[in-house]
Amino acid sequence: MINANLKSTYAADERVLNNRYKQAFVYAMIAALALFTAFGNDYLILIASQMGILLIAVVGINILTGYTGLVSLGHGAFVAIGAYAVTIFGNLGAGVIPAGLMPFISVPLAVALAAAVGVLVGLPSLRVKGLYLAVATLAANFIVIFLIEEDLFAPWTGGMVGINTNVPNLLGWELDTKREMFGLIAVVGLVSLLAAQNLIRTRVGRAFIAIRDRDYSAEILGISLLRYKLMSFALSAAYCGLAGALFAYFYARILPEQFELALSLNLVAALIIGGMGRTMGPVFGVIIVVMVPELIKVLFGALAGDSAGAGQLRAPLQQIAFGVLLVLFLLKEPLGINQIVDRILRAANRWPFARG
Amino acid sequence: MLKIEDLHLSFGGIKALQGVNFEANAGEITGVIGPNGAGKTSLFNAISGFYKPDRGRVSFEGEDITTLSPDKRAGLGLARTFQNIALFRGMTVLDNIKLGGHTRLNTNVWQALRYFGSAQKAELELRREIEEQVIDFLEIDHIRKYPITMLPYGLQKRVELGRALAMRPKVLLLDEPVAGMNREETADMARFILDVQEQFGTTILLVEHDMHMVMDICSRIVVLNFGQQIASGTPEEVSKDPAVIEAYLGAAA
Repeated sequence: MINANLKSTYAADERVLNNRYKQAFVYAMIAALALFTAFGNDYLILIASQMGILLIAVVGINILTGYTGLVSLGHGAFVAIGAYAVTIFGNLGAGVIPAGLMPFISVPLAVALAAAVGVLVGLPSLRVKGLYLAVATLAANFIVIFLIEEDLFAPWTGGMVGINTNVPNLLGWELDTKREMFGLIAVVGLVSLLAAQNLIRTRVGRAFIAIRDRDYSAEILGISLLRYKLMSFALSAAYCGLAGALFAYFYARILPEQFELALSLNLVAALIIGGMGRTMGPVFGVIIVVMVPELIKVLFGALAGDSAGAGQLRAPLQQIAFGVLLVLFLLKEPLGINQIVDRILRAANRWPFARG
Repeated sequence: MLKIEDLHLSFGGIKALQGVNFEANAGEITGVIGPNGAGKTSLFNAISGFYKPDRGRVSFEGEDITTLSPDKRAGLGLARTFQNIALFRGMTVLDNIKLGGHTRLNTNVWQALRYFGSAQKAELELRREIEEQVIDFLEIDHIRKYPITMLPYGLQKRVELGRALAMRPKVLLLDEPVAGMNREETADMARFILDVQEQFGTTILLVEHDMHMVMDICSRIVVLNFGQQIASGTPEEVSKDPAVIEAYLGAAA
């Protein structure tokens, strides 16, 4: 029994927030986010900004791995491309393009570059699947980082020691505080989440899911595997590129080592914990992936003090906790936190009738 | 409508098809029968583009499609269902059927990301059409929001037919549409197939082991045995053909 869920038009039935509990949940979250941007303390704003940047990248991974079923362990490369491209374009264009317009030119360029490289990295997906594809994308990650660190490109990329980034200037508004940056990240994050949701409820996204579930059946329905697999790679790389651009704007300096395998794995871990192939999966996943190490840090600090010895113990502990969490989710809740939240919302919607 | 000429297909030393020749006439139901391993599904795979024949031609409305990829053939109006159900198990019935409309929509990525505007208009139009012409037609309105995994086998087969119908195909290939069904479900499916032919004028080619159904609904039958076409004609002609009787019952009969 589903309460108060009568629809009289197809448009009403096709809405994303198709019952009032989902509506209440999402609108309350957005209101909380707005209040938080205005009043949250600086430390929390910093954490939330990290989440926001990671979220955009995980939404991208979700399109590729969650919806299209192609595993990638190299998406850190696209975050790197986004971050470096936006900085390099910013430096090259300084003085030529007015500062207030720069982000409107350099960010789309960086995103487009990431998407183009994404297509290139996606080419093996036409022949190989699963683990083999994961290894092929892994190689892409190493190659991109290698090129960034290469002395030949050091005048532009800064090489091993990294490069200072620019402060974004939106039509004269300089986003030089973390709080202002968080406002931007939150808006871009929400828009990219909505865009991903729109994608999967239309023709293109359905084709992605079809390829994931049964590729030969998708072909028989007129879906070109070549086209849609590459499109999925391009889109997910574009999302990661956007995350990279925001990353560069958020931090004062970027280093090649920030975009190595650890980042790629973090993105995939966040997706698995949050829920693959669900719109809200990345949101929940990112919250956990960022919060758990922070909580361990805080708890550990409270218990063991801030001595050097305690610090040495903390880092491996964070990693172990992370690994345990990942294994627990894969075993107990393979569809992630999203599945748990869905269950709760469904129960709320049916209350006081049977849960299920 | 769909013409198969001298089709040869082999896998290494195994000759799956050796010179198959027939034509599925427009608006008719043509049956393909034969014992297990006769090459019926291989024939279907060659027609839908998964296998490239060694020799011979497949033509669709007079156009040679022998070397076209499966997705291009779908665009021309060739739909099929599979012997072992090939629905998208992670999706609802409605989304599965909507995928049948893929080639008829032309929403691009930008429109899809934005949704509001042309994408929404196209989606709602598709939804209305599917509801009225497929879901009502196949009497599956009560399960439209169900995930595929929750449905019994017979309904899954029906949803797969629905997905193929949403393509508004000119030619529909049905690979064992009633395999594993009980008498009642078989009767239902036979009725739906006849309704499709009557209402949409679709040309249908079907592989089936249920002889009663094949003899009842097909206007022409092609018989394969070990990759060779041993007979073709009306159900009456085929059922009296000595080669067919031998293939099915053995020489002593």
